[in-house]
Amino acid sequence: MDLLSFFPEWVMTHGAALLVVLPLLMGVVLAILPSEKLAWALAFIVALICSVLALGLVLQIFGGESLVYSMGGWDPPHGISYVVDALSAPVLLLISLMAVLCLLYAWPSVRAEVEPKKRAPFYAAFLVCMAGLLGMVVTGDAFNVFVFLEVSSISTYVLVGMGASRDRRALTASFNYLILGSIGATFFVVGLGFLFMETGTLNMADMARILRDLDGGSRVAQVAFAFIIIGLGLKLAMFPLHVWLPSAYAHSPSFVTAFLASTATKAALYLLLRFTFTIFDVNINYVGRAEMILLVGFGVAGMIFASLQAIFQTDARRTLAYSSVAQVGYMLLGIGLATAAGAAAGYLHLLNHAVIKGGLFICLGAMWYRFGITRISDFRGLSKTMPWTMGAFTISALSLIGVPFTAGFVSKVNLATAAANEGWWWAVGVIVITSILAIIYMGNILKEAYFKEPPVVNGAIVARNEAPLMMLIPMWALALASIAIGINSDLMVQAANGAAELLFPVTNALPGGVTP
Amino acid sequence: MSDILANFFSMGNFNPGFIIILAGLLCIFIPVSEIRKALVLLAPIAGGVLIFQQFTSAEVIGGIWQVGPLKLTTLRIDSLAIIWGYIFCLAGVLNAIFGFHEKCKITDSSALIYMGAAVAAVFAGDLITLFVFWELTAISSVFLIWKGGDGSFQAGIRYLAYHVTSGVLLLAGAVIYGMSRGGDYSFNYIGLDAPGAWLILLGMGIKVGFPFLHNWIQDSYPKASITGTVILSVFTTKLALYALARGFPGTELLIYIGAIMTCFPVFFAVIENDLRKVLAYSLNNQLGFMVCGIGIGSQLAMNGVAGQVVAHVIFKSLLFMSMGAVMHRVGTAKASELGGLFRSMPITAVFCLIGAGSIAAFPLLAGFVTKSMIITSAIDHASYGGGPAMWVVVLMLLFASAGVMEHSGIKVPHFTFFAHDGGHRVKEAPWNMLVAMGLAAALCIFLASPIPGIGGYKWLYSMLPYDVEYNPYTTDHVVFQLQLLFAAMFAFAFLKRQGVYPDERKAEILDFDWTHRKLGANIAIWVGAMWTRLSANGANVRASFVDVAGRRLQQLFSPAGAFSAASPSGLPALLTSAMLAFAMIVIFVAAT
Repeated sequence: MDLLSFFPEWVMTHGAALLVVLPLLMGVVLAILPSEKLAWALAFIVALICSVLALGLVLQIFGGESLVYSMGGWDPPHGISYVVDALSAPVLLLISLMAVLCLLYAWPSVRAEVEPKKRAPFYAAFLVCMAGLLGMVVTGDAFNVFVFLEVSSISTYVLVGMGASRDRRALTASFNYLILGSIGATFFVVGLGFLFMETGTLNMADMARILRDLDGGSRVAQVAFAFIIIGLGLKLAMFPLHVWLPSAYAHSPSFVTAFLASTATKAALYLLLRFTFTIFDVNINYVGRAEMILLVGFGVAGMIFASLQAIFQTDARRTLAYSSVAQVGYMLLGIGLATAAGAAAGYLHLLNHAVIKGGLFICLGAMWYRFGITRISDFRGLSKTMPWTMGAFTISALSLIGVPFTAGFVSKVNLATAAANEGWWWAVGVIVITSILAIIYMGNILKEAYFKEPPVVNGAIVARNEAPLMMLIPMWALALASIAIGINSDLMVQAANGAAELLFPVTNALPGGVTP
Repeated sequence: MSDILANFFSMGNFNPGFIIILAGLLCIFIPVSEIRKALVLLAPIAGGVLIFQQFTSAEVIGGIWQVGPLKLTTLRIDSLAIIWGYIFCLAGVLNAIFGFHEKCKITDSSALIYMGAAVAAVFAGDLITLFVFWELTAISSVFLIWKGGDGSFQAGIRYLAYHVTSGVLLLAGAVIYGMSRGGDYSFNYIGLDAPGAWLILLGMGIKVGFPFLHNWIQDSYPKASITGTVILSVFTTKLALYALARGFPGTELLIYIGAIMTCFPVFFAVIENDLRKVLAYSLNNQLGFMVCGIGIGSQLAMNGVAGQVVAHVIFKSLLFMSMGAVMHRVGTAKASELGGLFRSMPITAVFCLIGAGSIAAFPLLAGFVTKSMIITSAIDHASYGGGPAMWVVVLMLLFASAGVMEHSGIKVPHFTFFAHDGGHRVKEAPWNMLVAMGLAAALCIFLASPIPGIGGYKWLYSMLPYDVEYNPYTTDHVVFQLQLLFAAMFAFAFLKRQGVYPDERKAEILDFDWTHRKLGANIAIWVGAMWTRLSANGANVRASFVDVAGRRLQQLFSPAGAFSAASPSGLPALLTSAMLAFAMIVIFVAAT
């Protein structure tokens, strides 16, 4: 942990607050900037600083200490506290790093997809969204979670709507997302209200303690639990509540899709872990059972149905969007197992899937950038016209399928092991079957790219036209990361184990990754 | 990384397959065909030398690799595995020479990776390593099929489907088997009573072509490229055979499976027009003999299986090579379009005849000294307590022997090189093909030679896993075999004379693959159509429901019809509430 000594003292003490405040304030500044270049540079710097801060926090957490920061010096339970622990720190780092990579990619992509005068506000909305996501994860106050949830959601609606200059359908997608997202947020806040009624506090740690003392509390707490699960379920695209997601992913600017796919649903999933494991205790009878039925039931249904839907899509972005819903199912299955190993496996898949899907969507964006394609049938011969982009896409696709020596394999194996440990062999079967479905839907795309010749336009075969460097860097960074995780998953497994340790008093839930 | 390497080399020994796989990976990046060809030729030789250096008379174990909780034994050489190792390397050399003229990066690298994976799998000491290379053989070899002509892509996909399923079954069985033994995955005798054994057997059965699981052989091999078929015919099925010989020797069930395997391809082979497909059927039939031998499991039978593998790889390659050479010159391997080629390709014709004689087990040719061991052990088994069922098996094996003679020994060379003249006037096969075929033909003769001084069958027998005294060249044995063969020849000639023998016709013969290529495909099409209709209907119903509801609401609330512009987010919102109700009920029930 020598790295830790490079960080000045104030990073450690105020990092948690800076992480949220900096992008929030800079978002306001960006909104009034005249120049898009300046806006991009500022956003990039902010994201970079946030990554450094998050890295510092993660190192500190790995060092073995949790961090509680009291906003404005007001101690909890009365003031708002920010909590950085083994569960939240990796997600913080994930969000900030994805922001950096996506912003690199944004430089060429936003210029192609967003109207010139809207670009500076676009970056502003992006920073606000990022602040909201980071805030959701870092805060230790339940109501504050709702505030940041709304901050991130509202800015997301804007970001999605910005896709209108490329694709008018972005407007309806954004509107649908707005309606459903608001319903989700409302359900969530209603649940919080009930919870406040039961416990008399909004501080998460306090809530957890009081609920445990009440042994799960009365019917009020149970109703609160239902509202919160459904509210968050909508936000994280739990299977039948996912209808907003495919259009939102398919029609928003590709930069937004890449960022959202790898962070937004992940932050909501993080909240689900927080609420179902730390605030409500799994040992409370109704929590454990309801989780098993609701999360596993909908998770497995999502894995199967969304995968099937992904197969029949003609638009590549929709295919990936449905695949995201299916992958959320995997994570829900892990969480719903309600064991340390299951939660750790779900958490691991959360991190890995962010890396994989981010990479895939960046590749798709690059293909749109060069050839304006989104339909699968237009992928013909892309392995020849965009070999590097297609290479990164292929690696990430294999990882999504779960081929050995990729990130997807690591998390799927851990998930299957966790299910098998509980004797849930049927769940292992479902994992295998849905992986085969993944082979089919990703194979459809790869088949077009590799086995068909490039199309002929005006009598000439389409020439090679590789994506710009600014796009290649992030997509290859993510593709290589996914291989690196597949070869040595120590760090990821350590993070997942740390998170599981926080949720369950068990050490080393996962026996270790594929680590020689 | 350095740890891993140190681990590998400090042991002093590692799996020879890795070298070949590495060479294959290198090939992908080498643009010069000549250098690639040198690699393709040298890698199997290097592999063979490595095997020779590492093997002592006892079992050699090495390349232990700790992966998480798993201990992988990546190298285990013993007297059983080494035969497969050697013959794979030898076949690799023959294939390299045969494919020398072909400038194709994909074929070169996938052939090497495929070969290396097969060698590595044979020397795998545990089931997990076996699984990894098991799958690698499938994935690397499918490119050889895809290099073929029309329909090869679909055939390749079907091939992959079979083999991935086989791998998944193997893995599932291995996990159950390993778990039941407290995490010990080492690959030794398994037996049908062990947990997970049936899954493992089924996985191996697909790859070795058990009846009803065999279609991938006849489906994909004839569709691969010319060199591809030769390479494919060697490794996959023989690897599976090794796995069976390792895991299930003496399993009675295999005797019957093997006997059925020997018989049913005979009928299909007789009516088939594509000669490469005939050879694929005969491959199936030959595998039946070996599966049967494994089922008998006596020392003599196991020796027979090992010996037959060696001979079979050589003469089957020889036959596929000769058909490949014909295809290379003429462009087809359809019996109906060939004939009379002995004039223009005399050397190929001679080599083909030697291969045909070997597969039919003519005395003095390779098949004779090995196949007779299996049949003798079957007769032994039947005489000493095998019961009447065993005599039926013996009869089936004899019938199949005659059948081999009929379709591989006579039909293939007859329709290619003799019969009515197809009118092709082509050049003799290229020199490299002739060299490869010549080597294989020489081996066919050499391995069966009864003369003591020059190697011969005694030398072959000394390599086999068990020390068993056996002499194939007894008078009654030779006479019996000759009678059998001449009877088959007579039957062919008689039927041909009478005009009863099925003519060479252009037709696609579907046997059991009818179930998935016709029935399965039709079911899939039907389900697809129904699904489309259903979803269309569903959409209609939903649309009309929304429509009706919208009109009602319009009448009630808004004359301007604001609500009739059915908001797409309305339904999901309703769904969300329904979900909430459901969640509440679940929690309510869970709490009480």
